[in-house]
Amino acid sequence: MIELKSIYKSFDGREVLHDINAQFESGKTNLIIGQSGSGKTVLMKNIVGLLEPDKGEVLYHGRNFIQMSRREKKRLRQEMGMIFQGAALFDSMSVLENVMFPLEMFSADTYRDRVRRAKFCLDRVNLLDAIDKNPGELSGGMQKRVAIARAIALNPQYLFCDEPNSGLDPKTSLVIDELIHDITVEYNMTSIINTHDMNSVLGIGESIIFICEGRKEWMGTKDDIFDATNEQLNKFIFASDLLRKVKEEHEHERKQPRQ
Amino acid sequence: MQQINGMDILRPIAQTGKYFAMMGHVFSRPERMRVFLKQYVKEMVSLGTSSIGIVLLISVFIGAVIMMQMALNVTSPWMPRFAVGYTTREILLLEFSSSVMCLILAGKVGANIASEIGTMRVTQQIDALEIMGVNSAAYLVLPKVLGLMTMMPILVIFGIFAGIFGAFLTCWVSGIVIASNLEFGMQYQFDEWHVWASLIKSVFFAYIIASVSAFFGYNVEGGSAAVGKASTDSVVSCSVLILFADLVLTQLLMG
Repeated sequence: MIELKSIYKSFDGREVLHDINAQFESGKTNLIIGQSGSGKTVLMKNIVGLLEPDKGEVLYHGRNFIQMSRREKKRLRQEMGMIFQGAALFDSMSVLENVMFPLEMFSADTYRDRVRRAKFCLDRVNLLDAIDKNPGELSGGMQKRVAIARAIALNPQYLFCDEPNSGLDPKTSLVIDELIHDITVEYNMTSIINTHDMNSVLGIGESIIFICEGRKEWMGTKDDIFDATNEQLNKFIFASDLLRKVKEEHEHERKQPRQ
Repeated sequence: MQQINGMDILRPIAQTGKYFAMMGHVFSRPERMRVFLKQYVKEMVSLGTSSIGIVLLISVFIGAVIMMQMALNVTSPWMPRFAVGYTTREILLLEFSSSVMCLILAGKVGANIASEIGTMRVTQQIDALEIMGVNSAAYLVLPKVLGLMTMMPILVIFGIFAGIFGAFLTCWVSGIVIASNLEFGMQYQFDEWHVWASLIKSVFFAYIIASVSAFFGYNVEGGSAAVGKASTDSVVSCSVLILFADLVLTQLLMG
């Protein structure tokens, strides 16, 4: 479990995160939602340690990440996997080499075992036929799948995904969402996903926090998001006419007497 | 107070501090020696071996031009016949093969390093390394620095020989100087230390090229325009630093 306690972050005097408190449970897909520029990515960078909060605590199973020594942080980072918005695959390496990279750096396995593990991870994301390709030869969706395979290569406890669906079509987005959800449940990981994709929210949002202008405005699940009374959240989710209609149908169904 | 005509006067000091802080991370024990050695050999090939062609080409022409200039401008009834060979050798050994060659390579290799690492920064590949717990500065920069420092003296030796070959080529083709006079001049009062001084200087210049370019690439903020700017800044900074280091090293080694 990951816990955030009163996280504050400013850049050049401009407050980007204000008193963020949250809990992200293991075995669940935890979503951080909010519109672009709301502070989601900064929050995630604070959680994974790419940025340090001005104030507050980031607790990994009760251990404060900020106060850890360099060695402890390094050890904890080997338990993390991250999928970046642009996949961030190493373009000088093939797909197989990308997935093998964390194993090369931190595993004591033999070369044969490392290859076997990397192939297993690639098989898990249905990309065994692309092992010799370079990242540049892959589509956006395939790159994200390679990133997922690389992220799970070391059997991490924590999985972080920054806008995993950005730039993908709805069908591929669904595949990526399902993959992240299945892997989270399968390995009992703590997954945190940054997104502004409402399909992801309604599909895999087992625990959701909504951020607006650097403040946590709402916390809940996909089942109660339509009943939320938070004005900012409603503005965000019902920006699309389609979702407004979905809500109307949802309310209509609830008003219908049960037979 | 810190700004003069819109320029931040403390920026160079801050940059220097950042550079040394980064070097502190770079010169740490590699996480996996096997991975480091693989990267080290790869960088020797990509930064050093791939530069042999351009080094040979430029050196042949520069050797030819230096010999021609000496023949046209230094030769007089008052000068011994071997003066052309002697001055050509001294220029090639002392300045061209190390300093000028490194200035040229600062453009090729320096821009390459800055843009490669800069692109890795803007595409979050460096963040990906950090998240995995890899010391990204050491993993990316150390093999480049050591690889170029290993290969640069070899490039300098190639440059010296190619320059001498260029001088003789002009001599044979144009007949501007008699080859035996040139040969005598090339061997006249040869001091082996000049070769060593050149090689020593080249190792320092290689360190400057690789580390300064990597610094600019590693600290890129923004997108492709920022990568382009980092490339340009790295070439300019490397050139200035090489010239300054040349001044200091020449005094230390030859003075």
